[in-house]
Amino acid sequence: MKVNTMAEMMASGTMPEYLFWVGCAGSFDQRAQKITKAFSLILDKVGISYAILGKEEACTGDPARRAGNEFLFQMMAYQNIQVMNAYGVKKIITTCPHCFNTIKNEYPELGGNYEVIHHTMLLQSLINEGKIVLKEGGAFKGKKISYHDSCYLGRANNIYEAPRKVLEILDAELIEMKRCRSNGLCCGAGGAQMFKEEEAGTTRINIERAEEAVATGAQIIASACPFCNTMMTDGIKNKEKENEMAVLDIAELIAESMA
Amino acid sequence: MEMIAPLIFLALLATAGFLFYKKATLIKKTILLGKSEIQYDEPGRRWKQVLLLALGQKKMFKNPLVAFLHLIIYAGFIIINVEVLEIMIDGMTGKHRVFLPFMGSCYSLFINVFEILAFGVTAVCVIFLVRRNILYIKRLASNDLAGWPKTDANLILVVEIVLMSLFFLMNGTDQALQNVQAPHYAPTGSFIVSSMLVPNLSQLPLDTLVLIERSAWWLHIIGILAFLNYLPYSKHLHIILAFPAAYYSALEPAGKMKNMPSVQNEVLYAMDPSKAPTDAALPTTFGAKDIFDLNWKNLMEAYSCTECGRCSAACPATTTGKLLSPRKIMMATRDRLEEVAQNIHQNNSFVDDQKTLLHNYISVEELRACTTCNACVEACPVSLSPLDIIMELRRSLIMEESSAPAEWNNTFSNIENNFAPWKFSPEDRENWAKEN
Repeated sequence: MKVNTMAEMMASGTMPEYLFWVGCAGSFDQRAQKITKAFSLILDKVGISYAILGKEEACTGDPARRAGNEFLFQMMAYQNIQVMNAYGVKKIITTCPHCFNTIKNEYPELGGNYEVIHHTMLLQSLINEGKIVLKEGGAFKGKKISYHDSCYLGRANNIYEAPRKVLEILDAELIEMKRCRSNGLCCGAGGAQMFKEEEAGTTRINIERAEEAVATGAQIIASACPFCNTMMTDGIKNKEKENEMAVLDIAELIAESMA
Repeated sequence: MEMIAPLIFLALLATAGFLFYKKATLIKKTILLGKSEIQYDEPGRRWKQVLLLALGQKKMFKNPLVAFLHLIIYAGFIIINVEVLEIMIDGMTGKHRVFLPFMGSCYSLFINVFEILAFGVTAVCVIFLVRRNILYIKRLASNDLAGWPKTDANLILVVEIVLMSLFFLMNGTDQALQNVQAPHYAPTGSFIVSSMLVPNLSQLPLDTLVLIERSAWWLHIIGILAFLNYLPYSKHLHIILAFPAAYYSALEPAGKMKNMPSVQNEVLYAMDPSKAPTDAALPTTFGAKDIFDLNWKNLMEAYSCTECGRCSAACPATTTGKLLSPRKIMMATRDRLEEVAQNIHQNNSFVDDQKTLLHNYISVEELRACTTCNACVEACPVSLSPLDIIMELRRSLIMEESSAPAEWNNTFSNIENNFAPWKFSPEDRENWAKEN
């Protein structure tokens, strides 16, 4: 796979349409890397011009800000905005709802103004434009799929439809969990919880959510966030359902179904 | 008596009005102890929020049955106020049913609307008492409400039932008196609910009937005035503050956290010293340790909360047994506000009481449990934000007290040094693209 960096593009005198903001999970987490690759595969197949920042990308500061460390957040934001503005970035696409939310909603007042879209939004418009063509008798045809709403897409940014619309083309049976859309239950990772032990309680949040997911009888839990993906995968393992259920990102479902 | 009654009434009304005004002013002053840092522009969209959330109760209808029951009490409350207007005029002028001559035969229809609503309100109050005290609906039986809040909730319902019963008794005796053509009781036609009381009441002697009618009339209006003055001490204050709360609720995407321009500038000056003004003053505090550090919207929201617990019922932390309960965050903030107001009242200005909202009212463990998922804000019928308060307290914990779990400190240092929350080399960031 050949993925260009902004630096390479600039050196060759071209500018991509999109900056693909990979995010820390997508870059370093082995499971999330698969999502990143699946999504770049789609971008390549559809022929979208994009580049990544590569070594020049840094954490958006989301977990630091939500833990309460505003200084660290501001430092990261300053650094990222400097880099992106220097490249004249206009459109950003990201597979992480946390990066999406931070760059879209929190960077503008710090001087970073970009059109930011989440990968499920891009996939939806590619489908609407007929640019995504699926294999005959797709891999997920007739399968039961349940979409887990990411808080930072859903409640934080009111994106409930795009992921569901994308799933519709798989010709699968879409089942909602008991708590979905604006009532969706968090996976437990947000607010920097991903990076610390959960506080003492009667159960873990991801286990509670996994129970709802198991109750749907779905074979696939569709996620749109690398952190939800980790949390749900762990929860399903805890319920010993990992052989019956898979947690897959929407990009992975589409990549695997594309002709 | 006929001469003196309006005077007594006016005295009561003036006293009640004065006391309410005084307390309302005090609450406003207390709310304004908070910072004013946000511009509340776009009045058009804000009025729309008032129409949808407060007046239209849009979010209540996530649970249609409860929303319908609540709507009956709410509509009853607003519409019955028209009848209270007549009662007020009667009281001040010494007349009886002052609207009757103007409305003629429409008058009984007018009162019947109120009686049907009043019956609805009574029935719903009974249902709500059952939900709280017999069915133990989870969010209403939670430990958050142990003690006074539970009593407060029940008291509101009982008082409403009593007020409605007095209204029926007043109308029932009135009709019984009309039947015997007692003076001053002009015929109004029959009232749909209270007429059921008439057969029993008619057996009473005239004097007793007049005594009951007058007592019910006076107790009803005194009850209303007393209830008005109870509001500021109760969660029931939401019937007033829900409106400004809806008006000032956030218009931006819920995921956006409030910026801290002071920190933004600090970082900017550190990165680019040429931009630093020579007289840049450091901010005195970061985040919120006490109510003075929150903004007035947070404080108003604490007073607007009616402790319904929809936030906590939706909170992933609360429902998995963590110490955090967003409802309790709002209640703790109001409790601390009341304490500070008392302190200021006694000492003319705030005297340090060795207490703060953080630690004394809201613990570190509670704050650490929040996933910032926004379920609480979404669940709140008027979009109050416990999350905002939690975030401000977290900022104080980290930036003022350097209090973070060890894992978070590692995360911070990884972000700072490796540009990712995990300890990977930034050099490897694009390695995924090189593998197949």
